[in-house]
Amino acid sequence: MPLSDFQPVIGLEVHAQLLTHSKIFCGCSTAFGAEPNHHTCPVCLGLPGVLPVLNQRVVEFAVRTGLALECTVKGTSVWSRKNYFYPDLPKGYQITQYDQPICEWGRLVIDTPAGEKVVRVRRIHMEEDAGKSVHDATASAGQSLVDLNRAGVPLLEIVSEPDLRDSDEAVEYLKSLRDVLMYLGVNDGNLEEGSFRCDANVSVMPKGSTVYGQRCELKNLNSFRFLKQAIEYEVARQVDVLESGGKVLQETRLWDVNKGVTRSMRSKEEAHDYRYFPEPDLPPLHVADALIEETRGALPELPRAKRQRFMSQYGLPAYDAKLLTAERPLADFFEACAPHAPDAKKLSNWFLGELSRLLKEEGTTVSSVRFTPTQLGELLGAVEQGTVSINAAKDVLGEMFRTGAAPANIIASKGLAQVSDVGAVEAVVDEVLAKSASEVEKYRAGKKNLYGFFVGQVMKAMKGKGNPTLVNELLKKKLGD
Amino acid sequence: MSQPLTDLTMLELAAALAAGKVSSVEATRASLARIAQVDPKVRAFLRVDEEGALRAAEASDARRRASGPASPLEGVPLGLKDIFLTEGLETTCGSRILQGFVPPYDATVVRLLREAGLPLLGKLNMDEFAMGSSNESSAYFPTHNPWDLSRTPGGSSGGSAAAVAAREVFGALGTDTGGSIRQPAAHTNTVGLKPTYGRVSRFGVIAFASSLDQVGPMTRTVADAAALLQVIARHDPRDSTSAPLETPDYLADLEGGVHGLKLGVPREYFTDGMDPEVEASVRAALKEYERLGATLVDVSLPHTSHALATYYLLAPAEASSNLARYDGVRYGLRARDVRGLQELYGQTRGQGFGAEVKRRIMLGTYALSAGYYDAYYLRAQKVRTLIREDFTRAFQQVDAILSPTSPVPAFRLGEKVDDPLSMYLTDILTLPCNLAGLPGLSVPCGFTKAGLPVGLQVLGRPFDEAGVLRIGRAFEREHDFFRRTPPCP
Repeated sequence: MPLSDFQPVIGLEVHAQLLTHSKIFCGCSTAFGAEPNHHTCPVCLGLPGVLPVLNQRVVEFAVRTGLALECTVKGTSVWSRKNYFYPDLPKGYQITQYDQPICEWGRLVIDTPAGEKVVRVRRIHMEEDAGKSVHDATASAGQSLVDLNRAGVPLLEIVSEPDLRDSDEAVEYLKSLRDVLMYLGVNDGNLEEGSFRCDANVSVMPKGSTVYGQRCELKNLNSFRFLKQAIEYEVARQVDVLESGGKVLQETRLWDVNKGVTRSMRSKEEAHDYRYFPEPDLPPLHVADALIEETRGALPELPRAKRQRFMSQYGLPAYDAKLLTAERPLADFFEACAPHAPDAKKLSNWFLGELSRLLKEEGTTVSSVRFTPTQLGELLGAVEQGTVSINAAKDVLGEMFRTGAAPANIIASKGLAQVSDVGAVEAVVDEVLAKSASEVEKYRAGKKNLYGFFVGQVMKAMKGKGNPTLVNELLKKKLGD
Repeated sequence: MSQPLTDLTMLELAAALAAGKVSSVEATRASLARIAQVDPKVRAFLRVDEEGALRAAEASDARRRASGPASPLEGVPLGLKDIFLTEGLETTCGSRILQGFVPPYDATVVRLLREAGLPLLGKLNMDEFAMGSSNESSAYFPTHNPWDLSRTPGGSSGGSAAAVAAREVFGALGTDTGGSIRQPAAHTNTVGLKPTYGRVSRFGVIAFASSLDQVGPMTRTVADAAALLQVIARHDPRDSTSAPLETPDYLADLEGGVHGLKLGVPREYFTDGMDPEVEASVRAALKEYERLGATLVDVSLPHTSHALATYYLLAPAEASSNLARYDGVRYGLRARDVRGLQELYGQTRGQGFGAEVKRRIMLGTYALSAGYYDAYYLRAQKVRTLIREDFTRAFQQVDAILSPTSPVPAFRLGEKVDDPLSMYLTDILTLPCNLAGLPGLSVPCGFTKAGLPVGLQVLGRPFDEAGVLRIGRAFEREHDFFRRTPPCP
């Protein structure tokens, strides 16, 4: 059977670092980028005698995420210890949730070429992150170093059902999930720094079958592109194995970025026996109904709903709505500007064009923009009224972006206003035509390409400020066209 | 004063300090002198902190003069089992693997003692990681029973019990996971209280079995135990299993007696293997309680026979995980000349842990392993619930439960070292209390013909330490057992 006769089956396990100020079981900072082992204390170093105390904020973030993903939030959940030895795991066990997680059975709707698709979320649980082992040049030969700044940073693990059917769906799910978490303010969505990480469980089965094949777990997928490439490679690999009469083995495979292949990291036999058992240092976690209801009431509008509203409320195309709602601050700013702008689509054009360009150029975000929604509205109004040309308006926006000065002042101080006064323009047109009698004669005799010359002369005389529409209108009238 | 200073109880010393008859420095020097005199034979101390203790005693005397005592026990010198983290003072938990480990912080109970103005004399010997009933699993040396130097003081808080009995300290703190306070107290004619699970903070106490460990006072009298409990019983936000309860006044009703109380005598606790002299002593104590106006009630705790197996699945399971952090990476022993990570782990833990600790890590690892979890760990948890329910039912009928603390008196050093099971069996009467999380007290109740102490155990309802202490005190008041000093050295 060729590749096309097989159906890939994919589920994703996502680890998202929570944007709390302190770690999950101690008061140390979660800030990224400090000196190694700077953000540590006896608790997250795993010294003898220490005990964990749960950061309440972590629970609130988990509940918020669970509700956004339409999960059942459990009144009681249980902490467990996952036991394994590794130098970056200070206690020799990770405190996590195992058989009784805080959230179960949710869903996330994604867009596919075939329309909307519901991806089921099996569970969400809270756990502590491990530290980092460093094997690079900063260590001397034969040494490895351990940085425990990350040890104890709170994580949510979000596990989907194997509902995804190809690499594009997997990428779409991961992007949508990332958007949701960022909207909720619980995660920064940074794949490169590893604060948003993804493992993929991939198997294949003959099309039409209902029995899943043996799955492999793929790791080291720290970009959307790698996720897509790794799944596609892995699907093809598994089909090859089956086609050549072999069996897919249950194993963990690592995506090799340089070679573009997945390779075996450990087999089922080498898999750890984590010896999970309930964490005796933490009582079962009880989440009050009041917290659940309060959180539900405070949930923000989620990306998908916002996108649909942008289409219906502002009459925007799907493309514009998707880009404008990709990040909450941009969408919020758009909504703040909309009442002041003459036209939502034109506002969208400015957002996705000039404003996006400026943000990218300055490497900044919309939150640091210096001008107000009213000022942007004024600028767009000026364009609409012909007070300023589109090109000049771009300069004005740049100046507003950098200084926060009012558009009217910028237009005035830079002399960017267009001359739209009919009498004033007409006087210049008359003067130009009078000075260029021979060209007018040739034009009238049929040398129509001289038209540009006249426009140029008028504009030159007006130092570029003549309203182009008006200039054209008058020239054509006077030339007898 | 005709009697030596070190013979005073904690409260007697506190009264003398308050009356200005003696200073904390004098009391501390007396203890240090006594330690120098007897400890070469008793070997209760792993580390004497002469400098730290005297500094604290001086500060205590100065405070008393300047602003008055910080607590009723201000100035009374104390010893600490080496399981409590002490900032700046080496803490080994009786293990090779923590040799040289100097903690950067104080356990909550240590902080509370310091704040209450009690000078700390040093760290007391114990079974390695509190795993043992004789102090023989200490990686350093065994402690000897002051009542018979050829015998063990019991364990795992054997160093604490021996030091209290030998008058090296006025009192001590121990920990009790399956009887580690009460059994050595019984073997040394001292008082030991294991409070209700959650009554005293475990923060900074090196974990053996987290769901069973509890900190408690080891003293010469019941009143001293009450006074010391008063200092350490406190809700601690750093221990999520610490009960958010107010601390009652443990001394207020201490002399209230037992008149009208119903005291349960569990038939399962008077077993075949019991030493006849121990049984006789305890039966005599029971009669005494009747005479004092209590009613004895025959009760049944039907799941008692499963307690040992339950304990030896759950405690090692938790221990196997709790001891995983001793890996040679961050602190403590690190094996030399190793190649690679696996060898680092293997050699460090192989050299750092003793036989009993290894045995329990293996037991616990096995009990938690895939395929065995349901049959061992999970089933043990279910039996633990049944054992707890036994007590709940019994306490519907009675106010407290009385039994021997240990079925046998102190055994000889070396006698049970090669027979772990018979060693485990000596804890059979103390284990159920930990599994149920109840308060348990051992109070001296007599001596065998050979002069070995016998302990009476009083078990109470959850958080009824006051009741347990009052019952213990009612008996203590009728006797002078606690006044007896050990014959040697």
